[in-house]
Amino acid sequence: MLIACPYCGPRDVAEFTYQGDANRPRPDPASTDLDAWNDYVYQRANPAGPHREYWQHSGGCRSHLLVTRNTLTHEIAGVAFVRSAPVPATKPAPAAPRKRPASRKAKP
Amino acid sequence: MSGRRTETGGRIDRLRTIRFTFDGKAYTGHAGDTLASALLAAGVTLFGRSFKYHRPRGLVAAGVDEPNALVTVLRDGTREPNVPATQVEIFDGLVAESQNRFPSLSFDLGAVNGLGGRFFGAGFYYKTFMGPVIGPLKGTRVWMLCEWFIRRAAGLGRAGRAADPATYERVNAFCDVLVVGSGLAGLVAARAAALEGKRVILAEADATMGGSANWSGERIGGRPADEWAEDTTAELAAMDNVRLLPRTTVWGYYDGNTLAATERVSGHKAQAAKAEPRHRTWTIRAGTVVLATGALERPIVFPGNDRPGVMLAGAAERYANEFGVLPGRRIALFANNDGAYRAAAALAAAGAGIAAIVDVRPAISEGARMLAGMAGGELLLGHAVTGTQGGTALSGISVRRFDAGRPTGEARALPVDCLAVSGGWSPVIHLASQAGQKPVWSDERQAFLPPEPTQNWLGAGAFTGAAITAEALAQGRAAGLKAAGGKADRTKQPEVEAPTLDPAPAPVFEIAVPDGREKAFVDFQHDVTADDVRLARREGFVSVEHMKRYTTLGMATDQGKTSNVPGLAIMAAERGVPIPEVGTTRFRAPYASVSLGSIAAERHGDLRPARLTPMHDWHVEHGAVMQAAGLWFRPQIYGLPGETVEQAYVREARTVRAGAGIVDVSTLGKIAVQGPDAAAFLDRVYTNTFSTLPVGKARYGLMLREDGFVFDDGTTWRLGENDFLMTTTTANAARVMQHLEYFLDVVWPDLRVHLTSVTDEWAGAAVAGPDARKVLERAVTGTAVDDAALPFMGIVRGEVDGAPVMVCRLSFSGELAYEVYCGAGHGTHVWEALVEAGEPFGIVPYGLEALGTLRIEKGHVTGSEIDGRTTARDLHLDGLLSKKKPFIGSAMANREGLADPDRLSLVGVVSLDGRPLNGGAHVTLAQSGPGGLGESIGHLTAVCYSPALQKYVALALLRGGSALHGTRAFVSDPMRGRFGPVEIVSHHFFDPEGSRLHG
Repeated sequence: MLIACPYCGPRDVAEFTYQGDANRPRPDPASTDLDAWNDYVYQRANPAGPHREYWQHSGGCRSHLLVTRNTLTHEIAGVAFVRSAPVPATKPAPAAPRKRPASRKAKP
Repeated sequence: MSGRRTETGGRIDRLRTIRFTFDGKAYTGHAGDTLASALLAAGVTLFGRSFKYHRPRGLVAAGVDEPNALVTVLRDGTREPNVPATQVEIFDGLVAESQNRFPSLSFDLGAVNGLGGRFFGAGFYYKTFMGPVIGPLKGTRVWMLCEWFIRRAAGLGRAGRAADPATYERVNAFCDVLVVGSGLAGLVAARAAALEGKRVILAEADATMGGSANWSGERIGGRPADEWAEDTTAELAAMDNVRLLPRTTVWGYYDGNTLAATERVSGHKAQAAKAEPRHRTWTIRAGTVVLATGALERPIVFPGNDRPGVMLAGAAERYANEFGVLPGRRIALFANNDGAYRAAAALAAAGAGIAAIVDVRPAISEGARMLAGMAGGELLLGHAVTGTQGGTALSGISVRRFDAGRPTGEARALPVDCLAVSGGWSPVIHLASQAGQKPVWSDERQAFLPPEPTQNWLGAGAFTGAAITAEALAQGRAAGLKAAGGKADRTKQPEVEAPTLDPAPAPVFEIAVPDGREKAFVDFQHDVTADDVRLARREGFVSVEHMKRYTTLGMATDQGKTSNVPGLAIMAAERGVPIPEVGTTRFRAPYASVSLGSIAAERHGDLRPARLTPMHDWHVEHGAVMQAAGLWFRPQIYGLPGETVEQAYVREARTVRAGAGIVDVSTLGKIAVQGPDAAAFLDRVYTNTFSTLPVGKARYGLMLREDGFVFDDGTTWRLGENDFLMTTTTANAARVMQHLEYFLDVVWPDLRVHLTSVTDEWAGAAVAGPDARKVLERAVTGTAVDDAALPFMGIVRGEVDGAPVMVCRLSFSGELAYEVYCGAGHGTHVWEALVEAGEPFGIVPYGLEALGTLRIEKGHVTGSEIDGRTTARDLHLDGLLSKKKPFIGSAMANREGLADPDRLSLVGVVSLDGRPLNGGAHVTLAQSGPGGLGESIGHLTAVCYSPALQKYVALALLRGGSALHGTRAFVSDPMRGRFGPVEIVSHHFFDPEGSRLHG
């Protein structure tokens, strides 16, 4: 897989570090809403198809990039610096409604 | 032993004789021979014993598709098992041996398995060993009993145990056009792309470029095809923009048009050149790929088709034409297509007697008929071979009329010593399948043709199903031009002189003989018979994936190169459905066996990068035993002659507590955090507050992950209003840097903060002990270091013997201690000055063991306790969790489950039996011993002998934590047989008030 770093040019995926799903809005730092934090930290949609995700060019300019990658074909539809591509305020509609584990608050 | 070498002909160098050994016997061959051709020339017919039934086996193929003749090559005390003899180029001194036989190849006791063949059919293991309980024996128990015997009896070559002295390397390459396969299509594709000025790589699995041109006997442009290929290769070799890679198998097709290939660099040479690796793995990133990988011939399945002497017709032709070896004196051919007729003519021309050509088809093309006439011998159309005779060599075949798909009439015996079989051709679509849709079945060609590409490749030659050379040349040129972005070339191609043959084979894959007692093999290498495929169907394993796993067809090292399509065809016939309905085989990488060494290449052993601190040489000169810590090397101990490791670290730690010691802390991660918002940023990443830290002071900080667990700890020094120097643990330095960069780039891009990794810019030495200040007073100039000028956690700048230094008073050992930082280039200079200044106080350098001992005595945590599963509360660091501000992980750290009092929590443990403790040992409340293990309440994380307490002690993470203080418990370490009583105590073993560090 090649990622076209906007600063360094196209580079092998070995130079990059996956830094996670880019479709999860981080709760306000002061928020104590554990459900919101739980979603942010643990819940992922894992779509089969186009996926927005963060990659750091850790073996190059060290910028974090917002990459739109098709998880089925590894085709990359877009690459931008995260700093110039603002974090989504609201999360895009997930492919299927996610079920929250009912027992999360119960003690195991 | 009959000589099978022809008087003339072939591409071998008859003037060069090469001596080698096979199964302890000396042989000779010629330069250009493979082990297979040289042994065949010497009259060897028996090459191996089969996987399951130990049947005698001979050569089937002449190339990478060889399923039977697997050998082990012995070299430099190592063994390379399961190499097809057809892929071993002989060299002087080559030593190879056959496999899976005992005591010898010709007399193999394991052949008794063949008698029990009825019981060893497909699914044998599943049925026998997963079965019902028989008396006291469960099915699985029987398996364990029998496994040892079965594993010895069934199998391939044995891997060696000796370390491999050969080297391997990896290389990256980039090109506009990668051509895979150097047959005529590949050669002209490479030439066309190269003439357009593109950077071209041409990879060929064999030693010689040219592919089938080397044995086809055809003529191109009025010259023999092999000479034409040689000239074209020479033309390519002379071009700057072309790289030729012979002996290079391209085996994987990955994302972004990246292909993996392995080059056999020196294994075929008697003596590798200096620094030459055995194998080299290429990662080739290509703009466009031209797949010209050719086609592989298929056998026909019939009873006794595995007898040594039965081989593929194309292989027989190749042995005769390329190597000058006759695979038999009296040869019959058996075919469902025209291809075998060219082989028959070639074998006859080379001097073999052709007994008969047996063809299942009632009629053949004119071209085939003409070749049959040239070959001589009987032409038995509408006939099939229904059996073979012989032991370790073929002595004859049985032939019957073949009508409407069935053998009829009486069998006729034909005495022959070789049967050359052609069941049609399968394009080598393995790479295409990795980078394409599903392969497409062609009824006309009776083969799977290349799929639609999902990556940027073009096909040419036999790979596409092209059956004649003129078509291959045209396709190759067109593909090369298209790959290079050039214009189509309509000029005339060189004339090809070749017989005109019908490319379509008859759809006959198996000659099923009712009540036949002899096995008919589909997969030679895994001993899978046509009856096994039928059994799979009867038992419901009808799809290709189920059939494959149930029978293991196609799962051997050759990955079913010769057997996949016949297997599918037999299943389709049994089910009465067309072949593609049974399924299509998708191919995974690698196409051929790849040495693990060439994948690891330099990423092991000595070639791993080593990070050395600036004082490394000093440590080594002063007796340090260096220890790897990640990529770093750090002193473990500075042992005196005769000292054990324990004696050394106890002496070092004791000296620190009594006087002074010095330790190299250069490996700590160091990050410059600078900018107007640096303090605000640190407040967010640390659990405690840094914006209130005065300039010229340091503070211990704790970081959590987003999920609320502890991530890392360290001190951060405020050097200026907007200038901080953060230190991290050695192991986490890179991860912390990445963590901070993520938050600045992704979460808080508005913060004006710049991060720089300065780990390698600074050298650090920690001077610790009651006399530490006196040492510094002697060494440091330009600043006072007394308690007023340099209070606890204070920072001053000064000089040590002319070198600028930064001194921070902080302590990991619990003693009065200072960390002295200087530019890395001054590291040894400053270190030596500090050691010299400490001499009057008996200063000793100390290593990681003593450092660990001092911190265990103090109950300080490191990576052993910050193991990714512990919280600040677990480690009694919850005092550092600010309640006044949010920080990374602040909300998640308050999850109910993380406040559970039953979580593992940090305590101290003292050995009560005076014996050392083991890291990782479990702790139980009930007595624990080899006879009965108590229930674990946690484990020891770090152990040492404490000179301060004069006891063996440990830190531990135990369920219940501090509530257990004063409790008697037991260590339980069944792996190392260590059991015994301990007492659970506070993790602050020594000086819990911290009076000493204020000196």
